[in-house]
Amino acid sequence: MNKFTKKLMALGLSAMMAVPFLTACGGSEGGSASDGGDSASASGTVFKIGGIGPVTGGAAVYGLAVKNAAEMAVKEINAAGGINGVQVEFKFEDDVHDAEKSVNAYNTLKDWGMQMLMGTVTSTPCQAVVEETHKDNMFQLTPSGSAVESIKYDNAFRVCFSDPNQGLGSAKYIGENGLASKVAVIYNSSDVYSSGIYEKFSAEAANQPFEIVAAEAFTDDSKTDFTVQLQKAKDAGAELVFLPIYYQEASLILQQAAAMEFAPKFFGCDGLDGILNVENFDLNLTKDVMLLTPFAADAQDEKTQKFVSDYQAAYGDVPNQFAADAYDAIYIIKAAAEKAGITPDMSTSDMADAMKKAMTEITFDGLTGAGMVWSADGEPTKAPKAVVIAVEEVTNDDGTTALVGSYKAM
Amino acid sequence: MSFLNHLINGFSLGSVYAIIALGYTMVYGIAKMLNFAHGDVIMVGAFAVFISMTSMGASALLSLIIAMAVCTALGVLIEKVAYRPLRNASSSLAVLITAIGVSYLLQNLALLIFGADSKSFTSIVNLKAVKLFDGQVSISGTAIVTITACIVIMVGLTLFVNKTKAGQAMKAVSEDKGAAQLMGINVNATISLTFAIGSALAAVAGALMCSAYPNLTPYSGTMPGIKAFVAAVFGGIGSIPGAMIGGLLIGIIENIGKAYISSQMADAIVFAILVVVLLIKPTGILGKNIQEKV
Repeated sequence: MNKFTKKLMALGLSAMMAVPFLTACGGSEGGSASDGGDSASASGTVFKIGGIGPVTGGAAVYGLAVKNAAEMAVKEINAAGGINGVQVEFKFEDDVHDAEKSVNAYNTLKDWGMQMLMGTVTSTPCQAVVEETHKDNMFQLTPSGSAVESIKYDNAFRVCFSDPNQGLGSAKYIGENGLASKVAVIYNSSDVYSSGIYEKFSAEAANQPFEIVAAEAFTDDSKTDFTVQLQKAKDAGAELVFLPIYYQEASLILQQAAAMEFAPKFFGCDGLDGILNVENFDLNLTKDVMLLTPFAADAQDEKTQKFVSDYQAAYGDVPNQFAADAYDAIYIIKAAAEKAGITPDMSTSDMADAMKKAMTEITFDGLTGAGMVWSADGEPTKAPKAVVIAVEEVTNDDGTTALVGSYKAM
Repeated sequence: MSFLNHLINGFSLGSVYAIIALGYTMVYGIAKMLNFAHGDVIMVGAFAVFISMTSMGASALLSLIIAMAVCTALGVLIEKVAYRPLRNASSSLAVLITAIGVSYLLQNLALLIFGADSKSFTSIVNLKAVKLFDGQVSISGTAIVTITACIVIMVGLTLFVNKTKAGQAMKAVSEDKGAAQLMGINVNATISLTFAIGSALAAVAGALMCSAYPNLTPYSGTMPGIKAFVAAVFGGIGSIPGAMIGGLLIGIIENIGKAYISSQMADAIVFAILVVVLLIKPTGILGKNIQEKV
C-alpha cells in the first residue's frame, strides 16, 4: 500500500466517522460556517473553502464585510448548483488583524478540512499566512491583502491592487485629472501598507504634472497629533493632501485640519473605506474626500446594483469595497475551479497546482473590474477607479435629521 | 509665525501629557509604585464621558462628574484588590507586574464591552479658538482649558499635600510607611485616598485628551500613558510641578522635532533627550535627591 492510498483510506475513514457526527448536530452548526446546504457535507463530496480576517478589533469593518459578502456568494453558488456540480462549504475564522492569530486561524481551518483559502483580509497577517499556505501548497486568494509580500509565492493571488499599484494609480489619477499642482502626503512610516503606497506614489509623482511639497510621516506610537504634519502641508501651500492610511487616523486628520481651518482636497486609497462608519463622527468633514477604490456602491451597472440590494437585504448596510472584493474572490475561485476542472477528492496540493495554472488563463468580469486577468506572480490587471464621498441630510420618520454619507463615482 | 504655531501645538499636546503625568507622579510619590494601569483608567474615564454624553444625553459637566466617580471607584477597587495584598511582598517587581496585568485586563474588558471600532469623541470643551496676529496663529479652546486645568490641578495638589492633614499624612507615608503607622496614621486609608485622587484626575485627563484628539478606542490610553510616564520621569517622578514641566517639555520637543528635524524620528528625538537628561540629572529635572539616613 503506498502512501497515497493510505492517506485516501484515512480520509475515507474520518469521513465515515464524521457523517453521523454531523447529522447528529445538524442544525446547531450555524455560527461562522455558512450552511453548505445538504447532508453531503463530509470531506470529499464538497469543496471546503476557508476565510480568515478580522471580525473583531480595529480592522473589524473590513473582516466583517469580507465574511458577509463571501457567505452571500457561496449561498448563491450553492443555490445555482455549486462549482463543477459540487456544493461549497465556507468557514470564516477571526484573526483580529494579528499575524500570530491568523496563523492559528489557518491551522484551525486546516483541521476543519479546508482545501482552498480565501484570505486573509489584511496585509500583515497575510504575509504570515502565505508562508504556511506555501509550505502546504494550498491555493490562496486574498480579496484585499495588498502588500507586495502578501502573495509572494506562486500559490497566492489577489483580487485588489497591490500597495505599489495603488500608489501608482493614485499618482496617475491626480495627475491626469489635474486635481492639484501642489500635493502633500501624510503617511504611516511604521506600516507596510502605508509606506508601500507612499514610495510608489512619490516615484510616480516625478512623471506627473504635480509636485510633492510636503511628505510627512507618523508612526503607530504617535498617531493622535497631526497638527505639525498638517501645519507643514498648509505652510507649503498644498492644494491636495494624499492620505495613504487607514480611516481611524484619517478621521483625526480631517478633524484637526478643520480645527486649523485648512481645507485642501483629500485623496486616499482603500484604507479610507470605512470612514463613514466611525461612530459619532461628524460626516460633514468627509464631504468631497476622494478615494481610489475599484468599487462604488452606487454604480449603475446591473451587477453592482443586484449585489448592493442583496447585501443590504441580508446584512442591512451598504457594502464597501472589501465586500465587493470578497464577493468577486469567491466567484474567481469558481471560475478558476471550473477552468481547472478540479474535484473535491483531489489532494489540496494537486488542487493548488491546477488552480495556479487556471488563474493565469481566466478573464474575469466582476464588481471590482471588468476583464481582470492575472499574471503568474498573482497580481491582477484592471483599471483604477476613484469615488468621492457625498454627504446628504435626510429626515428620519420621527422628524429628526441625520447625515448620511455615500460614495459616488467620479 | 509657523514656529509659533508649532510651539503652541506642542504646548497643547504637552498639557495633555502633563495632566496624565500628574496622576502617575502622585501615585508614585506616595505609594512608591508605578501604576502602569493609569493609562487605561484614563481610557475608562473617556468611555464614561462618551457613554454619558452620547447615550444618556448628559451635559459635559455632568458627564465629567460621572466619569470622575467611576474612575475613583475603579482606582480604589484596583488598589484594594490588586495592589494592597502585594504591598509587603518581598519583591517590588510583583506589584509592577500586577499593574501591567491590570492594564491588560482593563483594555480587554473595554474591548469586550465597547468593541474595537473607534468612536469619535464629542469635545467637552465648548470654547472658541483664540486667534492672534490676524488669524495666523490660533490656540484651540481645548488647549486653553487643558492648560488651565493642568495649572489648577497642580496648584491644588501642591496645596493639598502641604496644607491639609490628609496631605501631610500622605507625605509621612511616602517618607516612611512604618514610622507613619507608629505615629497613628492609617496607611491603608491614605494610600486609598491617593489612588482615589489619582484616578479622579485620570478621568479629567481622559476627557480632555479625547477632546483634543477625538478618537476613542480601548487602546487609546496606552501610548499617551507611556509618554506621560516618560514625562513624569523627565520632570522628576514624585514631584508635582516636575510632572507638569516634564509633560509640557515632552510635548514641545516632540512637535518641534517633528516640524524641524524629521516627522519620522519624533519619538526617537524625545527619548534621546530623555536619556541625555537622565544621564546628567538621574532624578529628573525637579527630582529630589533624598539621601537614606542610617
